[in-house]
Amino acid sequence: MTGTDTATVAGSPPSTTSGAPTRGERLLEVVQRQGAFAVLVLVVAAASIASPGFATVGNVTSVLVGNAYPALLALGMTFVIISGGIDLSVGSVFALGGVLAAYGAGHGGPIVAIILPIAVCTAFGLVQGLLVARAGMAPFIVTLAGLLGARGLLQAISHEGQNTYQVPAGSWFAAIGAGTWVPVVTVIVLFALGALLLQRTPFGHNVFAVGGNANAATLLGVPVRRTRTLVYVLSAGLAGVAGTLNAARLTSGVTEIGIGYELTAIAVTVIGGTLLAGGAGSVLGTAAGVLLLAVIQNLIGHYISQYGSSASAAVNGAFLAVVVLLQTYLSRARRIT
Amino acid sequence: MTELSVGQQRVRWVGWLRDYGVYAGLVVLLAVDTALNPGFLASSDLRVQTFQLVPTLLVSLGMATVIATEGIDLSVGAVIALAAALLPLYLGYNAGLAIAVCLAGGLLAGLVNGLMVAISRVQPIVATLAMMIGLRGIAVIFNGNQAKPVLDPTLGALGLNSVLGVPIMAWLALVVVLAVVFLVRRTTFGQHMLAVGDNRTASRLAGLPVRRVLLTVYLISGVLAAAAGVLLVGHGAEADPANQGLNIELAAITAVVVGGTPLSGGRIRVVGTVAGALFMQLLSATLIQHDVPNSYAQILEAVIICVAVYAARDRGAR
Repeated sequence: MTGTDTATVAGSPPSTTSGAPTRGERLLEVVQRQGAFAVLVLVVAAASIASPGFATVGNVTSVLVGNAYPALLALGMTFVIISGGIDLSVGSVFALGGVLAAYGAGHGGPIVAIILPIAVCTAFGLVQGLLVARAGMAPFIVTLAGLLGARGLLQAISHEGQNTYQVPAGSWFAAIGAGTWVPVVTVIVLFALGALLLQRTPFGHNVFAVGGNANAATLLGVPVRRTRTLVYVLSAGLAGVAGTLNAARLTSGVTEIGIGYELTAIAVTVIGGTLLAGGAGSVLGTAAGVLLLAVIQNLIGHYISQYGSSASAAVNGAFLAVVVLLQTYLSRARRIT
Repeated sequence: MTELSVGQQRVRWVGWLRDYGVYAGLVVLLAVDTALNPGFLASSDLRVQTFQLVPTLLVSLGMATVIATEGIDLSVGAVIALAAALLPLYLGYNAGLAIAVCLAGGLLAGLVNGLMVAISRVQPIVATLAMMIGLRGIAVIFNGNQAKPVLDPTLGALGLNSVLGVPIMAWLALVVVLAVVFLVRRTTFGQHMLAVGDNRTASRLAGLPVRRVLLTVYLISGVLAAAAGVLLVGHGAEADPANQGLNIELAAITAVVVGGTPLSGGRIRVVGTVAGALFMQLLSATLIQHDVPNSYAQILEAVIICVAVYAARDRGAR
């Protein structure tokens, strides 16, 4: 992200190519933007034909519900990565949000259970954002410290993980995450709002501008520092929301949760066509990436259940490698043509 | 740039913190420890510390060379898992062969990382992230999804025995430290490594073998991680690819950064990295000894990382 070489190779956004795009260039751009979606359609179609158990209502809902809340981490990550940063803290902040929500539900009622985690997580994101944007520290290391710090905070609240706070029975807080369709609809709505925020608002345009070329953005009068700060606030806030909803669903503040979620969120975002160099990406692509990995995991779990999680990890890693290689070559091809 | 006297004083202070902060921290920590517990430097405790330190130290040294080229290697923990999976498969033949296979596995992982970074120009963080996610999955499948006891005398000796009162592990670490110091200070490769990390484009234009340099640092990181994996298995007498080396990449990056190597490349501090690893190890040991809860230890670690990076930051800006 600071490397001049990598930035010019992988990070040139489509808009910098001079003149009108040729048909080949447009095709490449479509492949990059919609590649994850196309593969998703292919995999779903193939799985529906080959495996009779795949396209059932029960299986589809289990895929959707099982991946609903962690998907919100990828939504926030999309903004951060487009702005040219990275957020390693989301897994810990997700867990912190869950513990705070369950604590709040038990100690102050449903309203506290919603406000407390979101306020704390947003403040956490603000600190990280200020360290990145104002103090000029590398996002990777600030959020690495955030990963440790949020987990430490969580353990301090839960007495070193000994206390698992429960949402009191009968609290309406549990209802906001219960059922089959409530989580799915919540997440779809948040993704739609995220897409609008990124594509249709000045803030979204600023995120692209900052990630594409921070110096040029400064010269154009884009509030670079504010934008940078806000993407970390947004990311941590969404992680807090996801943790809160997850705690409502589980009716408890599980402490040993969210470990490694940040890596999945990054992988999914990159697979969805967002360039890690910043300046290009889309919320819809990330949604396709989330679903793609979820479907693959579901299929692997179905066929080789003995090695389920390990095999899907292996496939996910290979998939990520293929996608980034393709992306790099596509970007380079576009520069040459 | 604008404030002169105050700014310069600040720069000098921050620069001092960057260059000597880790040593000062180490001295303070040792002083506090011996003051609170005069038996702290007793050999038995030091031995335990050494066994925990050395694998992380080896990984940190590889990480430092990668970071010097403005890269990062997240896959080191997965390489340890690979080593843990490969060892039991070949121990039946010969311990030497099994270790050689593990190191070769580490080299192979480093080769794939290096090819992706050097030839395909994928960003290091995502190239090694793919390896990190995928390789551990493969390693767990190799090993049949369970921890296996490893009762081999050679490996046990590597992991536990001492020569001249010092654990074999520590001798190994000393050799690796000296080798890396030599590499960085006395070879053309070391100069090239720093040049590539400082400015890749300029290095290429100057005719330096940029790709070969990048490939080599990932090979170094891979083989050192595999060696750390062999030591971990030997010391624990158990091969557990699902858990061994988990989060070691974070510990290694922390050691490198606390040791004063900036993430922005072009600089490496080998002895600083050793001190950084030692400092973090000693800090966690001290906190555990005085029953400080894990939560506060983690928060303290986060603060130390931030201070170290803040101090190292000016270097990158200039």
